[in-house]
Order: sequence, then structure tokens, then C-alpha cells
Amino acid sequence: MTRSSVQAALHRVVTLTKREFYAVLLDRKSRFQIFVAPFIMLTIFSFAVTMEVKNATLGVLNLDAGELGRQFVSYLASGPTFTRVFELDGEQEVGPTIENQRALAVLSIPADFSRKLLSGRPATLQTVLDGRKINAVQIADGYVRLVARQFGRSLEQHSGVAAPRPEVVTRQLFNPNLEYLWFTLPTLLVLLTQMIAIIVSGMSVARERELGTFEQLLVSPLSSVEIVIGKAVPAVCLAFCEGVAIHCVALFVFGIPFAGSASFLALGLGLFILSVTGMGLFISSLCSTQQQAFLGCFVYIVPAVLLSGFMAPIENMPVILQYLTLLNPARHIFTISLGIYLKGMPPGNVLPELAWLSGIAVVTLIFAGWFFKRKTQ
Amino acid sequence: MLAPLLRIEEGIEERIGEKGVPDESAAVLVEGLVKSFDPKKPPALKNLTARIEGGRITGLVGPDGAGKTTLLRLLCGLLLPDEGRISVLGLDAVTQAEAVHARVGYMPQKFGLYEDLTVMENMTLQADLRGVSPKDRESRYGELLDFTGLGPFRKRLAGRLSGGMKQKLGLACTLLARPPALFLDEPGVGVDPVARRELWRMLRDLLTPRRIIVWSTAYLDEAGACDSVLLLNEGELLFDGPPGDLSMRAKGRVFLIDGGGARRRSLIVPLMEKTQTLDAVVQGGSVRVLTRDGGEEIFSGSGLGAFSEKLSMTLSCRAAAPRFEDAFMDILGGARPGNPAVAEFFDLKPPGEETVRAERLVKRFGAFVAVDDVSFSIRRGEVFGLLGPNGAGKSTTFRMMCGLLAPSSGNCSIVGLDFRVAPGAARSRLGYMAQKFSLYGELSVRQNLDFFSGVYGLRGKARREKTEQVIAAFDLARYLKSPARSLPLGFKQRLALGCAVMHGPDVLFLDEPTSGVDPVTRREFWTCINSVALRGVTVMVTTHFMDEAEYCDRVALVYKGRLAASGSPDDLKAAAADPSNPNPTLEDAFIRLIEEADRGGI
Repeated sequence: MTRSSVQAALHRVVTLTKREFYAVLLDRKSRFQIFVAPFIMLTIFSFAVTMEVKNATLGVLNLDAGELGRQFVSYLASGPTFTRVFELDGEQEVGPTIENQRALAVLSIPADFSRKLLSGRPATLQTVLDGRKINAVQIADGYVRLVARQFGRSLEQHSGVAAPRPEVVTRQLFNPNLEYLWFTLPTLLVLLTQMIAIIVSGMSVARERELGTFEQLLVSPLSSVEIVIGKAVPAVCLAFCEGVAIHCVALFVFGIPFAGSASFLALGLGLFILSVTGMGLFISSLCSTQQQAFLGCFVYIVPAVLLSGFMAPIENMPVILQYLTLLNPARHIFTISLGIYLKGMPPGNVLPELAWLSGIAVVTLIFAGWFFKRKTQ
Repeated sequence: MLAPLLRIEEGIEERIGEKGVPDESAAVLVEGLVKSFDPKKPPALKNLTARIEGGRITGLVGPDGAGKTTLLRLLCGLLLPDEGRISVLGLDAVTQAEAVHARVGYMPQKFGLYEDLTVMENMTLQADLRGVSPKDRESRYGELLDFTGLGPFRKRLAGRLSGGMKQKLGLACTLLARPPALFLDEPGVGVDPVARRELWRMLRDLLTPRRIIVWSTAYLDEAGACDSVLLLNEGELLFDGPPGDLSMRAKGRVFLIDGGGARRRSLIVPLMEKTQTLDAVVQGGSVRVLTRDGGEEIFSGSGLGAFSEKLSMTLSCRAAAPRFEDAFMDILGGARPGNPAVAEFFDLKPPGEETVRAERLVKRFGAFVAVDDVSFSIRRGEVFGLLGPNGAGKSTTFRMMCGLLAPSSGNCSIVGLDFRVAPGAARSRLGYMAQKFSLYGELSVRQNLDFFSGVYGLRGKARREKTEQVIAAFDLARYLKSPARSLPLGFKQRLALGCAVMHGPDVLFLDEPTSGVDPVTRREFWTCINSVALRGVTVMVTTHFMDEAEYCDRVALVYKGRLAASGSPDDLKAAAADPSNPNPTLEDAFIRLIEEADRGGI
């Protein structure tokens, strides 16, 4: 290619890019999607997307006539986990309490609880948990066990019959107070930029096809590579700016600590957006209406989020799925984002993830270009 | 066999009026009807008063946006009027909408069929919806399938039927309940001329003295086939009466000027400059002229002589029978003199050189051969029309020629450049205007112009100059900042054409450029096309309009993937002439060619 033909191509791409920006910015609906919706979501999700168990309700069936049963309950209620505690009147109420979701868990204290403990024998407590809320009850159960252990220990100290036993001391690295927001915001940074990138790119070709202007592009001297570039640039730019904005909100509004290198995060985010944009253009090239494209984006985004390690740890997935998640750009960027924010992930660990992202980006963009071309076959 | 179909559902039928007294129970009456969708825009229907009688086919004629669909939907009780009264078969369409629904068979524009269901499933569904009693069903299905000739296709998916067969199925579905009134919204769209004639014959068969049939259409040539016509334009009723009466308006004022030969296109502008001329269009090898009242004499004797001399041509003139469209142009006040300044975009190139070439083009989609061995060649300055029924391969051929589809075998090239070898170079030599002026509606006129000039590689000073030129030539200055979608139709068309010609292409591709467009706007568009062709640009156009086909130098008829015929419109018409029809229209010629092709078994 000669220099002048490269210049000409560049000129065409710039023209197309400009038009794409206009198309997004002049349309009220897409302006809302890009500039308003993500920030509403950011605000809501920052507070709503939490897996902590706080302010839960506990039912107590206390059959123990002694002092210790009551004492144990007040221990439990003093923490943030169970702020509402009510008493059940009998065994028969346990089932319905859980079934009607009046309480997350029911603790039943046997009649011989105080007696056994005071005589130095081990006593047993029973918790009945609502299995429908699998995550919450596991956390609640852990809390009850922890309190029980501490309660036991304080009794031992009290009675002076302490027997030395091993003790686990937990320290949360990178997030010492287990602040959930520290986890939420680096996650939202990824989820929201992903959404912008896929919507802007996914709708672009489908919208033109619906209007009949896409053919006008295809008969112009623009080559399919130029079309892909011209359509990708606005999506990447808008999503990236969105990411920067969210990052600033995280740092300055929510005060999330930032331990790592900003340039590596930017590089990772850029590559991630590029690969998602490629995916969006690929989806768009297959669809002939905006409705189809929208469904296509949805079909992509749900598994991309679920299989990213954000909802469920990748190590718990079947082995085949674990390998499959390597193809999911969201998996890599979650590693990078959380790693850089919270623990200052060293470059050596970021590089393999960056390599994966670049690979995925190249493949999806080539696919998109190839499918634009194929449409004219 | 027909008798049962003519019967109107019992219980709806009776209440015959007294003799000679106008009877509302067998007519549609509209008084002072106003309907507006957007208070900022002019109303869709402005104070409409009309009466539609039973026992005849009434044509609801007018361009897109004239208010045809709005009126039909109001008549069916699907929309509420802002003002005025609607009485259908003696029932008030607003307060007795339910009863009106039961008596009206409405066939909406897009068939109202479920494409994923078979012919029979569609009919059963409609029978359920219309509450046809189970004991009647079998006999009615049989009658209708016989009547429409769809019997052999019971199990075929509706989506797989041809345009004509879809309309027949739609008609069959509306006839299931034997309605006394049939409202058909543009049943002629997407239907080839042969099937269209058949549809007309079927409707004629269905006509009883008390049945009301309304057929809406944007094709003015279809109006002539109706018994009575309501001509709508921009929500106003321009004419109500037999179509022949309307044509008579222009009687004695329509002429054909011969002798222009290859230069006949250049006659249009000087002819339109004469104050006596209302309208001038190319028709085959002649120019068709409509004069003002009292303007006839310039075409008799001395007037034309002086005109011929000025242009140094030997012209002759003969009177022609007026058409519906001539009268429509007369009512609308004649054509606006178009602006031939568009020609400035093109360096004058001598005609003759071959610019478009199709060589043994074949296009297969899987096992289906859409285009089978089509060859043609078009020269500089020629206007070439591609005609044919839907699904015959016309669009596929067109799309291959402008590089949107790659042929399975064969070659196509633009000014000697093959799309497979030099796609970018070939594309930069063509201009393309998609159906219905696809522009970027959100972008302003200026932004649209900037975009297309940039994409076609215009830069710097050249870009600014060309943009200014387009703005001046198409008179776009006052709309520069408006979004393209808000432009009036005529200006949208100008902008689309401006964007397509900015880079001075050698070949201009127009895909059904003016279907559904009012004749005045169409004239304006063709004035530009004519002047472009005179500069030596090749124009390739697909069209459904027989009138538009006559603007072409040469037309090719594509049928069943093959080139069934090609030649000048006059030659094709002459070839179709026989003693029973000495002066066939172009449509007659096409029907004949298609029938011959069917007999020949291609």
C-alpha cells in the first residue's frame, strides 16, 4: 500500500468514526443509555450488590430454664448479623417460621443446655436454616458457630477449667475490614464498561441495517476493515471514558484504596473493551434488526458475567468450564481489576492476563470484519 | 362454484332501502372527517367528506402519506376520528365499532398473515378469530381454496408463498366471514403484473350489487381499473368519481413529441420553461407534454416549428389520450421546474463507451438459482431499467451490479473495473441511492453531506467546494442544520441524490427510487436524472412503476432468474401489439412476455 492510499483510508475511517459519534450522541435514547443509565446503576448497585448478611432475623426456641441460654441469645443479638430476634413458643413453630420466611434461621436451645454446661459437659445447640437462601445461611451459620465457640471459651475462663486448645485467628489481607464496597466497585467498573461497549457496538450495524443505510456504506469505497475500525473506535472510546469516570467515582466518592498501577489497569481495560467491542460487532453483523441485536447482546452478557468468577469462584466449576472461562474476557479483567485495586498486582502477574485479552480482541475483531465481508458474498 | 362466495353472511344482509332513495345501509359515508396524529404536523386527513357505494370497486388512490391507510383504519373502527362522522353499512364506526368489525373484511398492507404457519393453519386461525362456526368451515375452506387456486398449497408455509399468492391467501382469510364490505390496503404491492390482473379478476367476481370493495393503491395506473376513485393527496380529497371523468380533465391537452431521438431528454427543460407547459416527461422514444388550458396551440403548427428550430431538431407532435396521472398533475398545478444544476457535478463525457457490463451472471443461494446466466451491457448516458416481479431475480441482479453481492459465477464490472479485483476503485466510480432515500435521519443535512463526501474520499478544498455546490444545486441552504428525518419528502430525495452524486460517479444505481412518491416530486427527481444522463452518466434503475419504466432508454425484464426480454420500451410495446390490442401499454407487453416465458417453459 502506498502512502497516499493509507492516507485516503485513514481519512475515510475518520469520517466514519465522526459519523458514528454523531449517531450515538444525537440520539436521545442512546445518550441516556450511555450517560445516565450507568451512573444510576453505579449508585444503586454499589449499595445493593452485597453478599454480607446484616440485619437478619433469628427465631429462638429456648427450652432452657437456666441463665446461660438467655445469655447466649443476647451474645448472638449483639452483633450486626442478627438484629431482630424473637422467641418461638414451641417445637411446632419451627417449621412454619422458616417456611413463611419469618426468620432466616431458628436456633433451638435444649432444656439441659445450662445444666450440662455448668456441670462441665458439652452441650449441643441446633440451628434450622432456610436452604433456599444458600449463601446467606452459610454466612449466618458460620456466625452462630463463631459465637458458640467464643461463648464456650468465656465459660471456660470463667470456671477456670480451661484446657489449652488451638485457636484460629483470621486476618483479611487486602481488605482488612472486609468492606464489601471494595469488592463491588472494581467489579462494577468491569460490568458497566462491558455493557456500554456491547450496546454501542452491538446496535451500530443492526441499526443501520434496519434503516437501510448499511448498504450505502457497503457500496462506498470503505473496505470492511475500515468499517470495523470506524465502528469500533466510538464504542471503545465511549466505554473507556465511562470506565475512567467510574474509576474516579470509586476513588474520590467511595474512597476505595488503589494499590496498583493505573497504567496497567488502563491497558487491561482498553484491551477488554476492544475484545467486547469485537464481540458486539460480530453479533451485530449477524443480525438484521436492532431487536435481534439486543437479544444477541443479552445472550452474550449473561453467561459472560456468570462465568467470570464474579458470581461463583472459577475453581468450583467443572474442569471443562474452567478452561472455557479462559475465552471470556470478563474473567481476565476481573482478575486484573480486583488485583490492581486491592493488592497492587505486580506487572509479572498482569501480563499473562493482558496477553489473553489481546488474543481475544484480535480474534473477535477479525471475526467481525470477516462477517461484514461475508455479507456481500 | 362462485355462488356461495357471493352470499353475504345471513343476518347482516337485510334492510334493503326503498327504491331510488339513497340507502346508508349499503354504503360508506364519511362527513367532515379530521384525523391528526401529531398536533405539530398538518393533520393526516383534512375535513374529508365522501360516499362509497356498494356494487363497485372504489379505488383509494394517492401517494404515500396521502392518508389512505388512516382512512381505511378509521372506516374499520380501528382508529377514532378527531372530528366528523363515519357510517359504514348504516352503522356508526365509533359507537358501533364492534358491529362494524363483524361486517368488514380488512386486509392490512403486510398481508396480516403468519408467515410461520401453513396456508391451512392461517385460514383456521382466521376462522377462529372471526368466529366462523365449525359446521360451515370445511365447505368455506374448500370454496376459497378453489377460488384462489391455493388448493395445492394447503400445507405450504405462508412465508414461502409468492407475493401474489400471499395476497390471495390474505383475501381468502378476509372472505372467510363473508363480509359485506372489503377494505384492501395496497394489495398490489409486491405483486407481479400477471398476479395483479388475476387479483383484479377475482375482485370483479366477488362484486355483488350490495358489496362494498375498496382497493387502495399508490400506483396511479391502477386507478384506471376502478369503477370509482377517491384521489387523496396530503390528506385532502382531490377528486371523487369515475377515473375516466378525471382523465377527461386533461382531454385535448396531452401531446407526444417525436423526433427527439437520443436527445429527447434535453427537450424537457426547455419545454418546462414555456409557461404553457404543465408537465413534460419522457415516454419511450417520445416526450409526453401536458399543457395549460389554452396552451394547446403551441403544439399545433408554428409554435413547435420555432421550438424545433431553436434546438435544431426536427420535431413532430401528435395528440395523445389523457391518462389518470396527467389529470392528477393538472390538479396539483403541474410539475415544478427541476433544477438541472446537478449536472455540474459531472464532466461532460461523450456517450457510447460501455460502462456497465454483466457477463453470464449466475447467483445461487444453496440449491436455489436466483439469477441464471444473465448478460447485458450499458453505455454511457444510457438510462437502463430493470423490471420484473418480486423474487424473479431483479434485486439480486441489481445488487450484484453494485457490488453488494458477489456472483456465483460470471463477471460484472463498472467502467472496466471488476468488483473482485478492485472493489474499492470500482465502488468509488458508482453512486447508489437505496429505496426510500435511506439517509442518517438523526444527522443534520450538513453532517450527512460531510459524511458522504468524506467516505468518497473528497478532501480539503475539493470537499468544501463540492458540498457548497450540492447545497446550491439542490437548494438545501435553509435546511442545513435540520436533522435529515425532519425534511419534507422532496428535500429528502434531493439530499439523498446529492449525497449519491457528490463524487461525480460514472454510474448511478437507483433502487426503486420513486415508489410511493407523489408525481410532482417524482418529476423533480427525474429532471435531475435526465440532466445527469445527458452529461454521460449511466443510470441503472429498478422499478415497479410502468410509467417510470417508460422514462428509460432500455428496459430489461427479469423473470425466473433469466433475462426474458430487453429493448427500448417502444420496441417492447410494438412487439406485443396484435389485432386485439393494437396499442398495448408497457404492462400489457410485460404480461405477454411473462406468459410467453411460462409457455416456453423456462
